[in-house]
Amino acid sequence: MEIRLRIFLLSAVLLSTGCSSTAVKPSAGSSDSSSTPSQSVGSEPNPDKEIIQTDPVIQPDVKRREVQESDINTENFEIGAFFGFLSIEDFGTNPVYGFRLNYHVTEDLFLQGSIGQSEAGTTSFERLSGGVVLLSDDERQYTYYNISLGYNLLPGEAFITQNTTYNTALYLIAGAGSTEFAGDDLFTITWGAGYSITANGWLSISLDFRDHLFDLAVTGEDKTTHNFEATIGLNYYF
Amino acid sequence: MRKCLFTLFLLFSSYAVAEVEEHFVRVADPYIEMHTGPGRGYPIFYVIPRGEWVQLLYRKTDWFQVTSEDGKKGWVSAGQLAMTLNPSGKRVDIKDPDEKDFIVRNWEYGVTLGRFGAKLGNFDDGLAIISFYAGYHFTENISNEIIFSQASGSVSSKTLFSLLNIVHEPFPEWKVSPFFTLGTGWIQTKPKSTLGATRDRTDQYANFGLGARMHLTKRFLLRAEYKEYVVFTSRDENEEITEWKLGFGFFF
Repeated sequence: MEIRLRIFLLSAVLLSTGCSSTAVKPSAGSSDSSSTPSQSVGSEPNPDKEIIQTDPVIQPDVKRREVQESDINTENFEIGAFFGFLSIEDFGTNPVYGFRLNYHVTEDLFLQGSIGQSEAGTTSFERLSGGVVLLSDDERQYTYYNISLGYNLLPGEAFITQNTTYNTALYLIAGAGSTEFAGDDLFTITWGAGYSITANGWLSISLDFRDHLFDLAVTGEDKTTHNFEATIGLNYYF
Repeated sequence: MRKCLFTLFLLFSSYAVAEVEEHFVRVADPYIEMHTGPGRGYPIFYVIPRGEWVQLLYRKTDWFQVTSEDGKKGWVSAGQLAMTLNPSGKRVDIKDPDEKDFIVRNWEYGVTLGRFGAKLGNFDDGLAIISFYAGYHFTENISNEIIFSQASGSVSSKTLFSLLNIVHEPFPEWKVSPFFTLGTGWIQTKPKSTLGATRDRTDQYANFGLGARMHLTKRFLLRAEYKEYVVFTSRDENEEITEWKLGFGFFF
């Protein structure tokens, strides 16, 4: 429908220029006809037919082209933004946002790169003791990146209404990366699960639950911390 | 007026042909199956009989979205689509990148995980390291790689960056193809913040290494390597560090 509208609008615009150019053409046509005056009267009823025969623009089988694999659009990449909440161990739960890039390798496997940012709150120790500050404002900035491998464990369909069906997938994901937090770069293991709904050919919505694991010594003991993240993302296929 | 109408008609036809690039193939097997989604588990809701034309819309992994002559839209596997014919009557050429494409690849990207500064047999004493690389192949044997790595442990974290990392692959046609590397770059060492305020330092390093690559499937490859670093520190002695890593990459 949209394409038809575009064709119509574009044609309307071009028509105005086309008509003006055809208004000039008769002078050329009349000079031709004046050179062959004997034909001019008899052939006048069908000038259009002559144009059809000579004009190469209309070729009925032009669409039946050879198909090369490289001609066909692939939509294996997905780029998107996400927003949600990150619970930083000992530092409270805070909003997190970021970007993701997915590369779908097969129908089962995909690679994912993520970057995200959040900001840590205060620990209960800081709040109770009054005046003690464990981290500076700068050190409370929490940024991370990771590369993960995802596996579409349960691909399926969601039946929204009787006539509306969206393809979905429940996937597992695990990877590694780095987190910059508390003044350090921390090697981070990430794993979790997610659910994606492909709304149409180029748009998908994903819900993600992840655990980010890294070693942190800021709170007095060197321990592996679990930082849970729940996000919703909007992705675009290209 | 008639000329105007005719111009309109011409514009319609020419615009439609120019704008929509259509790809048609003809079913040559007894039938092909249309799934509701791009995966083997999605139900088959329609079959297109032999002789009918289908229009290819786009591809998602190994699945093609197609439209049948009567307007049904669905997904057909690459395997079944390879059984269709081009307008000229030849088989449609759909193949995945294979061994041969792997050998003549131009670009390679990947990620590796490993231990930095660990002796063989005692991986615990090193730092966990994650590296990203992008390589360009000048020939089948010679390539250069740009590498960015981050390593972190309980005492310090390190960031490594290299623009020059020549990789020589003497037998690219081998199933498991060995390679040798020689490179240089910068390493930034950042002591842990909990250890007090010591300053970051950046030094240059040179390294050599050996490893192997194996083509897994399609655009994927597996990669393992060992590297030895010499860090040119400002102290009296140079620092020597070993690195082990394993990862995967994909090529174009």
